[in-house]
Amino acid sequence: MNTDIRILSPCGMLGYGFPEQSFLRGMEYELHGIVVDAGSTDAGPHKLGAGVSIVSKRAAKKDLDIIISNGVPRGIPIIIGSAGGSGAEKHVNWTLEIIREILEERGLEAKISVIWADFTQEEVLKASREGRIHPLSPNIPQLDEEAIRETSSIVAQMGHEPIVEALRQGSDIIVCGRAYDPSPFAAIGIYHGKDPGLSYHLGKILECGALCAEPGTTKDGILGTITDDAFLVQSLNPERRCSPISVAAHTFYEKEHPYILHGPGFTLDLEHCRFEEPEEGIVRVTGSRYLPADKYFIKLEGARRVAYRTFVVAGIRDPILIAKLEEVEACVKEGAQQYYRDIPDSDYSIHFYNYGINGVLGHKEPEKLRGHEIGVMFEVVAKTQELASSICATVRSTFLHYGYEGRKSTAGNLAFPFAPSDVEFGPVYEFSVYHLMESDRGAFRIEHI
Amino acid sequence: MTQLGQLAKVLRSKNSGPFELTLDVLFDSEDRYRMVKDSGLITKKTVSELYGITEEQIHHLVFFDQALGFKITFARDISSGTVGDRDVYGAQQHAPLMVLDVGPMKEE
Repeated sequence: MNTDIRILSPCGMLGYGFPEQSFLRGMEYELHGIVVDAGSTDAGPHKLGAGVSIVSKRAAKKDLDIIISNGVPRGIPIIIGSAGGSGAEKHVNWTLEIIREILEERGLEAKISVIWADFTQEEVLKASREGRIHPLSPNIPQLDEEAIRETSSIVAQMGHEPIVEALRQGSDIIVCGRAYDPSPFAAIGIYHGKDPGLSYHLGKILECGALCAEPGTTKDGILGTITDDAFLVQSLNPERRCSPISVAAHTFYEKEHPYILHGPGFTLDLEHCRFEEPEEGIVRVTGSRYLPADKYFIKLEGARRVAYRTFVVAGIRDPILIAKLEEVEACVKEGAQQYYRDIPDSDYSIHFYNYGINGVLGHKEPEKLRGHEIGVMFEVVAKTQELASSICATVRSTFLHYGYEGRKSTAGNLAFPFAPSDVEFGPVYEFSVYHLMESDRGAFRIEHI
Repeated sequence: MTQLGQLAKVLRSKNSGPFELTLDVLFDSEDRYRMVKDSGLITKKTVSELYGITEEQIHHLVFFDQALGFKITFARDISSGTVGDRDVYGAQQHAPLMVLDVGPMKEE
């Protein structure tokens, strides 16, 4: 087979937006797929835990409208990876609702396939009992039954296999639940018989949109072409350009290793890749190696609610207080704990974030304090929202009026930018499942709707 | 005295999954990349001192010549976005590496 396969990636994240002109420039090529990644764990566990999306519905619809209204009439398969941000059932349904609205508004018809990525607690418990679950890195605890039972939403990252199958079945739009980010892109190449190493490496680049170009951005389009022995990448915006260095460097992004990538059922070895520029702005890559794993592992992600939060933001300008701020905060914390000594310590915790001292780096901050003003954010996280808010109110009033040694500003210690000062945040989640599960290649269910 | 941030074209931090942070340092000149790589300063020991972590917490420290860059990945104390985390995306953890003194360096 020597047909070149072309994939258009409109942007690095569905709903981030992209110049329509770049997209239309991509449409001038003979395309075999329009693929867009919609997911990420970057924004923390809240999206998966609470079942909400990262981008607004308005923004997702704006992007999808351009993709669908151009792709569907031309019969170009459209694939959405990790629909709705976290790729769980709620997120997929949110995406499907948007797609239906667009199809109806545009008077279009399309065969839609959904690939679900949800796993039940029972499935995960069974795998755990059979010893098929392993932590992803040494600082992740072993998965216990309690954690599984407390995790309401568990998804796994799919590989290319179910997506290739959906392409075989002639789908116009494939909505994937949680997917390994490069997989929906790799599926196009693999479906057309191309090398899986090249297909996945290209997928790894395309999933971020034009981030591999210079200047890089996730908010613009990029075109990938797979030949029989190489792949090519080029910007679709004349204001950006791909270079061998920019494309080589892109494999660094958000990965633990610069040239070894682990995906579902394989390792991708990019150590001996060659990056060339046969034509200005077109980067040609060879030597990406796909090494199938002995055992097929998929990555599970799950979030559980761990607490509720109430927080306060305030400014401090008094130099005497700034000089002894951490000492004063320790006293304020102790004062609040004393006041609520009837409540067990394990039911809540009080934290101070001193922006201007070490708000970002915490105890890792090597710099000494230099500023004249500190932004302080303090929070109480507790078993219930009511408890968090009650204790936070006490911390706030104690802090506001605390009479520290040497104090001259006896009217108040904090400048609140807002009234009311206390903000109820709602539930706080954590990634309670981030483990590999030994599975088989048919673990993901395809549904045609 | 030259700081690493003065030589690098890109010096950034980001999550590599919710349980790890990764630091990327990329150069736009082979000479600068070589100078830093060959200085022998970029070690797990250096990074552990900069960030107050143990060498065991550093999962990877790898140079990639084709990309003129190196990557350091270490364990997060607290996973992304839960109680006690200070940087959900891990996007502002690079500053200590930026000011690393890579010694008197000749300009190419």
